[in-house]
Amino acid sequence: MPPDIDVTRRGFFKTGAALATTAFGFDLQPARAAVRELKISRTTQTHSICPYCAVGCSVIIHTLGDKAKNVKSTVVHIEGDSASPVNRGTLCSKGISLKQFVVNDRRLTKPLYRAPGATEWKAMPWGEAIEKMARRIKDSRDRGFEAKDAKGRTVNRLDNVAIIGGCTDTNEINYLLGKFRFGLGVLTYENQARL
Amino acid sequence: MTNGWTDVANADVVLVMGGNPAENHPVGFRFVMEAKRLRKAKLVCIDPRFNRTAAVSDKYVQIRSGSDIAFLGGLLNYSLSHDQFHADYVREHTNASFLVREDFSFEDGYFSGWDKDSEKYDKSTWDYQRGPDGYARVDKTLEHPRCVFQLLKTHYARYTPEKVASICGCTAEEFEQAAEVICSSGRAGRSGTILYALGWTQHSHSVQLIHTAAMLQLMLGNVGMPGGGVNAQRGHSNIQGATDLGAWNMLPGYLKVPRANWTSLAAYNQANSPKPLRPDSLNYWGNTPKFMVSLLKAYYGEKATRENQFGYDYLPKIAEDANHSWGYLFDDMYAGKKEGLISFGMNPVAGGPNSIKMIEALGKLKWLIVAENFETETAAFWRAKELQEEYYGKVTDPENVQTEVFLLPASCFAEKDGTFVNSSRWLQWKYKAVDAPGDAMDDQEIIARLFLKLRELYEEEGGASPEPLLAMDWGYANPVSPSLEEVAKEISGAEVRSGRQVSGFGALKDDGSTLCGNWLYSGSFTEAGNQMARQGQSDPTGLGLYAEWAWSWPANRRVLYNRASADADGKPWDETRAPIRWKGNRWVGDVPDYKGDAPPDANGAFIMLAEGVAKLFAPDFAEGPFPEHYEPAESPVENQMHPNVGSNPMALKFSSDLDPLGTAEEYPYVAITYRLTEHFHYWTKHIESSAQLQSTFFVELPHDLAEEKGIASGDRVRVTSARGKMEGPALVTKRMRGLQVAGKTIYQVGLPIHWGFLGRVKGPLINNLTPSVMDPNSGTPEYKGFLVNLEKV
Repeated sequence: MPPDIDVTRRGFFKTGAALATTAFGFDLQPARAAVRELKISRTTQTHSICPYCAVGCSVIIHTLGDKAKNVKSTVVHIEGDSASPVNRGTLCSKGISLKQFVVNDRRLTKPLYRAPGATEWKAMPWGEAIEKMARRIKDSRDRGFEAKDAKGRTVNRLDNVAIIGGCTDTNEINYLLGKFRFGLGVLTYENQARL
Repeated sequence: MTNGWTDVANADVVLVMGGNPAENHPVGFRFVMEAKRLRKAKLVCIDPRFNRTAAVSDKYVQIRSGSDIAFLGGLLNYSLSHDQFHADYVREHTNASFLVREDFSFEDGYFSGWDKDSEKYDKSTWDYQRGPDGYARVDKTLEHPRCVFQLLKTHYARYTPEKVASICGCTAEEFEQAAEVICSSGRAGRSGTILYALGWTQHSHSVQLIHTAAMLQLMLGNVGMPGGGVNAQRGHSNIQGATDLGAWNMLPGYLKVPRANWTSLAAYNQANSPKPLRPDSLNYWGNTPKFMVSLLKAYYGEKATRENQFGYDYLPKIAEDANHSWGYLFDDMYAGKKEGLISFGMNPVAGGPNSIKMIEALGKLKWLIVAENFETETAAFWRAKELQEEYYGKVTDPENVQTEVFLLPASCFAEKDGTFVNSSRWLQWKYKAVDAPGDAMDDQEIIARLFLKLRELYEEEGGASPEPLLAMDWGYANPVSPSLEEVAKEISGAEVRSGRQVSGFGALKDDGSTLCGNWLYSGSFTEAGNQMARQGQSDPTGLGLYAEWAWSWPANRRVLYNRASADADGKPWDETRAPIRWKGNRWVGDVPDYKGDAPPDANGAFIMLAEGVAKLFAPDFAEGPFPEHYEPAESPVENQMHPNVGSNPMALKFSSDLDPLGTAEEYPYVAITYRLTEHFHYWTKHIESSAQLQSTFFVELPHDLAEEKGIASGDRVRVTSARGKMEGPALVTKRMRGLQVAGKTIYQVGLPIHWGFLGRVKGPLINNLTPSVMDPNSGTPEYKGFLVNLEKV
């Protein structure tokens, strides 16, 4: 926005009042447009892809927050990206409200744990969670791993642990999950594509 | 999709069946409207409900859920009997001319080779006649009585318009009016596309259903043509990518996970590198060893050497007869055979099928790890009884559920880089915009920390066979949270010694000198950079290929099978829709689905298939080489093609005490499940605007059924199946009506899926009702076309 326009409402009304007494009895000065500051005028724009259906609409995520001062950025707006030949800036009612998914007070922000027989969650620090989960996985693998089958053939497989999911996440994460899966020898590896 | 979203604008005819893009892929549906507006395309919509796609269609036919093979079989018959098929295309580009063995037959509901004791097929008769040279014998005149063309004609002659009407619940006239429009694309110069989604995939006969559609498109000459193809409208942002990257029986790039009887890499390569069935077939899967060894080098790095078969032994081997797909997973889990489950963003209790079985099965685990953005029904399965006693009153009390649950806060799409692959096979890179909130952790870091901690434990303590775990390469610059760009480079592939990215899968070798995480994605990240992040706008052919926007697999090819867009001499069937052109020494336009410099007569157009041409007759499938109408597992009527064989004889069924099937007497109505525009699965009930726009579950029932039962909109109704129940307000509609099927009036009931027991808005889980019956080829459950009863509460 050009710097020489007085954009504040106060400025507008000040000018208006001073012109109340012209020879003609009305204001000849061109009305100053009351310009509202766009919420995206100072944002960082990041190109992303909508996480919902598989049309693959491009979105622009607008964030505010001066990273240089180590202030955490927040998403202030998400809109369609007109550059995409897929959606040309349009979005459906889910895509247009993506900000409400990213900034949502129901989002999980801390690891939770449910003990055997419990009726409630309790918080658990990440370090403890990683230790305990790795222990569970290892103990199950040690109990269930089959190096050779009944015919003496090398099979290196694990049938008592399963891994599911991934269709709402990127190729790269799915690939890493695949390495994790094969490292353990897990046979049952399924995702939303099956259903 | 063989084609893509933008390509739909090139169509003259759009057939939408088993899908509702106006409501569920609304931004993609713009291309259908563009085709209608700019080239006067005709939209035909065949669906159990008069939905919003139907509302803008040129022809709409209401059918019974589960009767699609009959309708499509009828279309095949119509195209043949009205000479509305592309004869030159069929002769040149399909196996219509191949001769089938004399002992192959079909009789009274079964193909040859059915063993009624084991209830399995011996498929050996489902094969071609061979010449002395080992190749399949052919008759290019298509007149030989054993050629595929003649057998197909005979098989589908049984699907007369009257038969179709009786099975589907429409009239013969409605069927023929639709058929006339659909089959009008069966000549050169006219293209027709098919768009489908879960209305086709969610049946116990789904793969054959889609095969019938593919056969129709081949008969009409639409495969490989702009505005043509067989186009699956997929359902999650990266369901295509996740599919491409593996499953219980798949390695990345649709290579197979080894079976126990392939005891060496050589045996694996032998079993998985098919022999060509015709002398001119390029048979590109013959390159399997190059893809497999390159994958093994990506996985095991320096631990993969010639001496140890590139680490082949480290991979788990599946027992020959085992099936580890979804239905088996939860059946085994319910039987107490699983100790632990790790879920990354998936919600089985909500996603089902058979939510009660899901809940009870999870309660048998020792431990459950869920990485999620919200508290879901799966993470909190042990709260089901507390939160919805009316539905889960009989499940195990939480005090008696010993499962330890770890619910991990994960980052969302905006908080990570990486690639999503859309339905068009376009790999589109996104950039991280913001950090995850609170202590939420990126999924790549969760996976990495668990992996590294497990490795540490095995290194310190030993345990069962540490070698495969310790051999898995994790040499990332930041092992605790690998850069997704670094991973993308590994997936695209590189030369091992120099570290330089390869240009594409043509550069992959079977000697250990290349590594590649997914051969299909090779070329997506080259020495020139991340091709998936490109934003080029050019479209020189005007066909909406956009070859410089993002990167399409394979090899940035946009229209699959594009060699079939031209005749035997390379002359395009349609000069206005020619994705590739032969310039005397090379093909130009789209990336050719062919050797770039091979003349038109060098090879068959379908380079991945051993036949070299597309398969009308396809022995690949469990229940037959030709699709046949089978009823859903719970059906309101007898199978009118052969009453003694009702549903798919090879359908997967489970028999725990939680898996009863209902009869038509107890459950007279056909249930269909569907999605609303404002919601995405069980996810958006956590989101304000979606929760406000569509806050309440409802039961959609046809006006004539409502009248019969004295139900008005808003009245509370209960829907029950043999598995469970749901309750909610009725929505009485003219969008559905009773259908005349086999002389009976059949009513369908519509159930939107988006509610559950956790969210800003709550409601019953649709999967309280659904059965654990699956397609035998895909393992996909029959979420549509099962039986329910309904009453006013």
